[in-house]
Order: sequence, then structure tokens, then C-alpha cells
Amino acid sequence: MTRFAFLFAGLFVCSAAQAAPQDLLQSYAVQAKQENPQFQAFSAARGEQLYHAKRTHSSGKMLSCASCHTDNPKSAGRHEKTGKAIQPLAPIANRDRFADTAKVEKWFKRNCQDVLERACSVQEKGDFVTYLLSLK
Amino acid sequence: MKRSLIVFTLLLSGAAWADGNANLAPAVSNLKWKTECSDCHMAYPPALLPERSWRKMMAGLGSHFGQDASLDTATAKEITDYLANNSAERAGGKRAKKVLGALGPNEAPQRISETAWFVREHDEVAPQVWKRAKIGSPANCNACHQGAEQGNYAENQIRIPR
Repeated sequence: MTRFAFLFAGLFVCSAAQAAPQDLLQSYAVQAKQENPQFQAFSAARGEQLYHAKRTHSSGKMLSCASCHTDNPKSAGRHEKTGKAIQPLAPIANRDRFADTAKVEKWFKRNCQDVLERACSVQEKGDFVTYLLSLK
Repeated sequence: MKRSLIVFTLLLSGAAWADGNANLAPAVSNLKWKTECSDCHMAYPPALLPERSWRKMMAGLGSHFGQDASLDTATAKEITDYLANNSAERAGGKRAKKVLGALGPNEAPQRISETAWFVREHDEVAPQVWKRAKIGSPANCNACHQGAEQGNYAENQIRIPR
């Protein structure tokens, strides 16, 4: 009985973690349509571009998402300032990614400001998540 | 008899020294502080800065040492209260006196490594040692203090990487 309960709980946790990024993308799609009636779909290719795009920050530093998350989102990263290890960003390598909406929003707010010095649009966030989910 | 008394006294003062300097774990912990403040760096001991420093820091998370570390209002308030309740003033003791002693009443340092107390504690560490790849800067307590995450800064827990 105990073993069955564990198995059941395990199944539930797995399916919840896998469904979450899709739910997040769906809610981004709803928001994107509200922001832009011409919205069609999210694009992994645009997300990939955004991930690698290098930009000169007002501090003079050349920054991109890859500065901390590395050129391969399946690899562990390193905080560009403190050196602290960062778990991989791609859900294939780290199933906790994009499973908690509040956490996702917290980091988009911070990191879009850190790299782009502005907020990201819903289109950008959706493209970005679509790209990371497309990695196998 | 006399010799054993001296040894005993030395042991006692050693213990007192260790107690006063080596344990920086806050008396109570806080889950939000521990998780939110350790995303990008180690969660630093609240007792190493005065309350006014923590309040200033928590009010400026939008640009935290040049980066956006903003939190939702409820989380920020909980962490601010926690830091205030465990700051140098509240922790008390000899170390608090040393941390606070050199500061003017309105000084609110933002870097622990710039307080006179920290500088004195680390005066034997040469500038080039801080720059070693495995250390990087004085902000990486756990590069040398093996027990830093647990608040243990005892001398016998120090391993300075090459």
C-alpha cells in the first residue's frame, strides 16, 4: 500500500512538472493575443536568437543570456559576477525549469532588466520558453 | 596544579574565542531569507551588518550591486524584518561591538567586506589571494570557509584554495 502510494505520488509529480511549461506557454499565448491582435504563434528560432543576442550594457559589459547560462542551455551556468553555479535552463536537463510561474516571472523581470535594460514582451518570453522546450 | 589551571584557563578562553568569532549562524533561520538571498550568492550572516544597512539594501533591490534582485512586496518585507531582527545590534556580543564600533551613527555600509571588522579579521590575506580563480572576491566566503553555509567560520574550517 505504502509503495503504491509512493508510486502514485511520483506519477503525479512527474506529470505536473511536465505539464507546467505547456500551461505557462498557453497563458503567455492568451496574453500575447491581448497585447497584439496579430499574434500568431511563438517561435523557437526567435527564442534562440534572443538567447544568444549579445548587447552592450550601459555599464560597458557585453552581455547576453548566455553570459550566465552558457552557449548551451543544457549545461550548468555560472553567475557572471559572483561565480555561483546555476542549474541548467533547458527543461530536458533540469525538470524544475518553467514549472513555477511566480519563479519564472521573477527571473524574467530581473534578467530582462539585467541584460536588455528593459522588460521583455510576452512574445519574447513565449519565444524564449518555446526555444528551451524544443531542446532535446 | 598551577600548570593544569593555566591549561584549563587557556582552554576556556579558547572556547570563548571560538564562540565569539567562529559561529555566525543566526539564532533563528528563515526559509525566505535562506532561499531568496542565496540564489546568486551565499546568504550572508545577518549579524555582520547593522539594521540600517539591511534596511537600505532591501529598499534598493531593483539595483542590487548593479543587478535587478527585486522581490515581491510580501517576501521583501518578511526578509527585511528577519534581517533587522538578527542584525549586528540584535545579535549583540563582542563581535557586534566590533562590527558596529567603527561606524558612525548614520553610516550604512552595503558590503560586509568593507567593514573595519572584516578588514581586520582578514588582514593576513594578501590582495592577490582574493583574486585566485577559485576565490574571485571577498564575497565568496565559502571559497575558504568550508562551513560558511552553516555559519561555521572556525579557524580549523579554513582551506585557502591555490
